[in-house]
Amino acid sequence: MKVTLTVWRQAGPAAQGRFETYELDEVSEDMSFLELFDVLNERLIAKGEEPVAFDHDCREGICGSCSMMIDGRPHGPELGTATCQLHMRKFADGAKITVEPWRAGAFPLVRDLVVDRSAFDRIVESGGYITAPTGSAPDGNLILIPKAVADSAMDAAACIGCGACVAACPNSAANLFTAAKVMHLNLLPQGQPERWERVTNMVDTMEQFFGSCTNHGECEAACPKEISIDFIALMNRDYIKAQFKQRRLASQRG
Amino acid sequence: MVMDAHIPEGPIATKWDNHKFDVKLVNPANKRRFTIIVVGSGLGGASAAASLAELGYRVELHTFHDSPRRAHSIAAQGGINAAKNYHNDGDSVYRLFYDTVKGGDYRAREANVYRLAQVSVDIIDQCVAQGVPFAREYGGLLDNRSFGGAQVSRTFYARGQTGQQLLLGAYQALANQIHLGNVELHHRSEMLDLVTKDGKAVGIVARNLMTGAVTSHSAHAVVLATGGYGNVFFLSTNAKASNVTAIWRAYKKGAYMANPCYTQIHPTCIPASDEFQSKLTLMSESLRNDGRIWVPTDAMDTRSPDQIPDEDRDYFLERRYPAFGNLVPRDVASRAAKREVDAGRGVGPLKNGVYLDFADAINRLGRHVIEERYGNLFQMYERITGEDPYVVPMRIYPAVHYTMGGLWVDYDLMSNVPGLYVLGEANFSDHGANRLGASALMQGLADGYFVLPATIGNYLAPQLGEQPVPTDDAVFIEAQQGVEAMTQQLLGVNGTRSVDYFHRELGKIMWDNCGMARSRESLEKAIGEIATLREEFWNDVRVLGEGDTFNQSLEKAGRVADFLEFGELLCRDALHREESCGGHFRVEHQTEDGEALRDDEHFAYVAAWEFTGDHANPGLHKEQLEFEYVHLAQRSYK
Ligand SMILES: Cc1cc2nc3c(=O)[nH]c(=O)nc-3n(C[C@H](O)[C@H](O)[C@H](O)COP(=O)(O)OP(=O)(O)OC[C@H]3O[C@@H](n4cnc5c(N)ncnc54)[C@H](O)[C@@H]3O)c2cc1C
Ligand code: FES
Repeated sequence: MKVTLTVWRQAGPAAQGRFETYELDEVSEDMSFLELFDVLNERLIAKGEEPVAFDHDCREGICGSCSMMIDGRPHGPELGTATCQLHMRKFADGAKITVEPWRAGAFPLVRDLVVDRSAFDRIVESGGYITAPTGSAPDGNLILIPKAVADSAMDAAACIGCGACVAACPNSAANLFTAAKVMHLNLLPQGQPERWERVTNMVDTMEQFFGSCTNHGECEAACPKEISIDFIALMNRDYIKAQFKQRRLASQRG
Repeated sequence: MVMDAHIPEGPIATKWDNHKFDVKLVNPANKRRFTIIVVGSGLGGASAAASLAELGYRVELHTFHDSPRRAHSIAAQGGINAAKNYHNDGDSVYRLFYDTVKGGDYRAREANVYRLAQVSVDIIDQCVAQGVPFAREYGGLLDNRSFGGAQVSRTFYARGQTGQQLLLGAYQALANQIHLGNVELHHRSEMLDLVTKDGKAVGIVARNLMTGAVTSHSAHAVVLATGGYGNVFFLSTNAKASNVTAIWRAYKKGAYMANPCYTQIHPTCIPASDEFQSKLTLMSESLRNDGRIWVPTDAMDTRSPDQIPDEDRDYFLERRYPAFGNLVPRDVASRAAKREVDAGRGVGPLKNGVYLDFADAINRLGRHVIEERYGNLFQMYERITGEDPYVVPMRIYPAVHYTMGGLWVDYDLMSNVPGLYVLGEANFSDHGANRLGASALMQGLADGYFVLPATIGNYLAPQLGEQPVPTDDAVFIEAQQGVEAMTQQLLGVNGTRSVDYFHRELGKIMWDNCGMARSRESLEKAIGEIATLREEFWNDVRVLGEGDTFNQSLEKAGRVADFLEFGELLCRDALHREESCGGHFRVEHQTEDGEALRDDEHFAYVAAWEFTGDHANPGLHKEQLEFEYVHLAQRSYK
């Protein structure tokens, strides 16, 4: 098949960006979208042009590195699919495809399609953990966790931290990411002692970097792991509760 | 030289406890006076950095990833072993130890393996406490599954995303320590050299991948947890950026490379579909619990798989290995599949796979059970191939997956270079010539959470009061100049072919000559071809752009340059090892029915290679392996 790619090129954070158009023929439909870029890059190098920079690593939808805005949709047209798992058979022969980086103030551009998503790490550092220093743990089976609870926590923990939710949001909010991280831990019995501090600190840090959520719901539709927007509601509930709780008292009562 | 692994005295079951009592301790208040550089944020690196920081050491962490959470460990699917015996099926520390030594085809160090089995139980506890959402049974207890090479259920898992969840656990502990100021994180920072002074590791040189800035970092000790080198084959299940550079450059600074020829080929990967294939995707081994592997008995059979009745199918693993059936270890399963495909019985458009069929399991258990167990894997398969594995059997074929070799380390996980520690897949330690499923995650976390924090005091304690070597010392300046010179050299060739071209060519040489089957002839051929390719690379590679910007071609070029040297060492090691064991299969050494034939009399040793110069043959040092507990025997899974 044949496709026409219109790709955002920008040499560095301070450089002027622009779209460039490339025609590619002899595209195989078994190719992944990133393999299409491999082929494009080989061609560019052959012509003496610098290849398109893009983030990728696992190429199986789990590391959260790949991050392309494809025709205005993070990770492209297929639901629940990261860019690296998208295959060319999902596109029509002769398709014209526009590819841009994630665009959000909190994700400064590094080069071409690569952005810096460190702000996500700052959110996690502010409370996305259970304090359990190595060596201090009791037997794993001492804490019984109902299967349904473990499953819900896992649904949230499946987040790959790619940032598609932020890219999809008209406000560049990171509520789905933060909610997934908060609720993974807040749902579990082990996460209870730090529950209220966790949600407060993480939400406050999130607000330093990202826009506010106005319930558009674009994030859920864009999420390659189909993380449910319900987690945002749960996080908001915990956040509000935390504001009313006397924290010290809460920790005494468990 | 004969290598001394410093294995503690005493019966195997008490060695670790005795040793922990004997190691020198650094008092808590003094720990802050030591700086440790950790390179790598996978399971090995993240767990080590977090645990060392919890103890009070000052840690500097480097990863070339944009976030520590993206390390390749994230991709592990199937599970992690632990000898909990929660299922009352006869498991024990001793059995896990025994299975691992046997599975490794008697080429692992017994004392290390025993310790690994011992701490395996603590790992699970630690991870649960951190909030890792392991699968649970209805009563709320931890669930287990079984994995290849074992007859007990000891594998803990979190859906098909165990590596992700374990890594997130370690990353969260790390994030906590970063927040507390105990760990300084350098993301998108690639270590390009190890710095040594008077034979000791004193720091690293790293390049900031966003700005291109090359800087020196000094410390009292350096820990490499930089993962495996499977990508020397170009196509593998490893993440695209996984590479050998960190350990290769340490090798060139004096660290010995052990058993590089032990590479693992995983039996259940999706076969390549065309020449654009950029990596191979693993389908977790756990699928072999419920899937049955077969090919049509008649190579000419063109019927669709559901039209082929049972009597025209050959369930070749069940037939050849009735005791273990579809759950034989990876090396055995891989070679069996290769035999079928080589005999022309392969399936799929390129006849390059075998079937992994779930029809029986779906009939027996119902679709929802299979969906619950493997849903995300089935979905992944469907995305890649466009076929629905609930209806059509999967097609699978072996692919390079894991590397048992790596830098040589002693019982304390210290290399022969004092102050240089190596953890996780980057070291050679525990898996011998073949790794059992669900044991890499266990080893990475054992190394980082429990072993290194306990052993590093031995090296650090006597240095109390000493400052790290300043970064304006001649050793740093020289190393930094070396890195900058290599960057300029790569940019300066200005040839006609891309870095990927050379990587693919190298991969073909490696796979064809040093893959699932190796011979003297093929290895000698490979060594010659690699040398030629390497020369071509340095004359004809085209790396565009500059050194002082974000430049992915330049990053790749450095890594491929190292692979082009390392690949040769791998083949040399394979050539010298005149036996077949685990993942190393020499066609000259096989039994009558085609199984690997070891030579314990001559090869029950670890081969540790020393760098002796760019154009000189590497020097061989041996660590003799003693098997006091698991007696040497031909493996049998029949
Ligand atoms: C698809 C797949 C599935 C698997 N499934 C399982 C399983 O179910 N069970 C199991 O036990 N094992 C499994 N394994 C194996 C296991 O995942 C790995 O062996 C293990 O995770 C390796 O961990 P690590 O910490 O040693 O290295 P990695 O996770 O590879 O981490 C390496 C780290 O080092 C950094 N790094 C490397 N070089 C440099 C450098 N020069 N400078 C700076 N940073 C550097 C990287 O940024 C990264 O942070 C699987 C492997 C694959 C490929
Ligand atoms: S490359 Fe890892 S999720 Fe796409």
